[in-house]
Amino acid sequence: MTLILGRKKGMTQLFAEDGTATGCTVVEAGPCVVMQVRTQERDGYDAVQLGFEDLPDRLAKKPMRGAAKVAGTAPKRFLREDRLKEPAEMGVGDSVTVEEFNEGDLVDVIGTSKGRGFAGTIKRHGFSRGPKTHGSMNYRRPGSIGCSAYPGRVIKGKRMSGHYGAKRKTSKNLEILRVDQDRGLLFVKGAIPGPNGGFVQVQSARTGVKKG
Amino acid sequence: MQLIQTIENELKKPAGALPAVHVGDTVEVHYLIREGDKERVQIFTGTILALKGRGIRRSITVRRIVQGEGVERIFPLHSPRVIDIQVTRRGDVRRSKLYYLRDRVGKKTRVKELLGEKVRQGRAAEKARRENQAAQANQAAEAADIDQGADQEAVEA
Repeated sequence: MTLILGRKKGMTQLFAEDGTATGCTVVEAGPCVVMQVRTQERDGYDAVQLGFEDLPDRLAKKPMRGAAKVAGTAPKRFLREDRLKEPAEMGVGDSVTVEEFNEGDLVDVIGTSKGRGFAGTIKRHGFSRGPKTHGSMNYRRPGSIGCSAYPGRVIKGKRMSGHYGAKRKTSKNLEILRVDQDRGLLFVKGAIPGPNGGFVQVQSARTGVKKG
Repeated sequence: MQLIQTIENELKKPAGALPAVHVGDTVEVHYLIREGDKERVQIFTGTILALKGRGIRRSITVRRIVQGEGVERIFPLHSPRVIDIQVTRRGDVRRSKLYYLRDRVGKKTRVKELLGEKVRQGRAAEKARRENQAAQANQAAEAADIDQGADQEAVEA
């Protein structure tokens, strides 16, 4: 599995040769530095920890500065592990760039979705609303939440209003439409979670099979 | 979001590649279509009903009457399939969207022609732009020739 960390920069469109326009998201990814290597003996599993985007020394915690010193780089803002099946081939201080990805690859993109605060059932679960007029007082209400004496309680997992968004989300099997190696950009087909400027992880798709 | 702006500017057709089009103009759109494995240019002539979007997403809606039936096509201006757009007649209109033309038949579908000094200037500018584009294309072709010549010389040497 290949992992790279980056920031979502925004969306645009690309024209194909036959004139069809495809919406795509631009991700500014890498270069990421291997900050730590996890091994079976020491940690119980194999992984590499990648770091993205420098953090000024004055903002970094002391342990972060120490770890960065070992890797020979500045402390990083965004750290994530790439879990591996075999012992890591990369060592501490190695870098990962967008060159790991090719046009046409399928990827999963993980990000933190936009926070919507305390949201009602219509926005949060797609409930339908009541009539706006004719004396209706049921405009955006959730409706009945269960039966009466039996079971005499609300069933667990009943969809209600509450905090919505700002949660880790994965968009699976998105195609890479273009790789810009000079600027370290990935053009991913379709939308990805999170606001523009949000941190995202791009990794090779777990389940997807390339079409054709 | 300056990065997105920069990327879109790179993906756009270069400045001067497109003529100035306005709502109400009669245009000929040269559109590349695929027939089997051959490609040919189809010309769609009609009135511009609407200009939509900005930057790379800019598009025009062109309407014409074919055999008594109204036909509308939307062309993204920056599509690689849109090869050329020629403005044959400027229209004198007072709205930004001419959707009212859809409800009209016969003589009423006509748009008054815009005339005057500004239009003449616009035509001159358009002519200059076309000459400029042609000159640039020529230069590019010559440069390619020279490149090839140099390559050949290198091979001969």
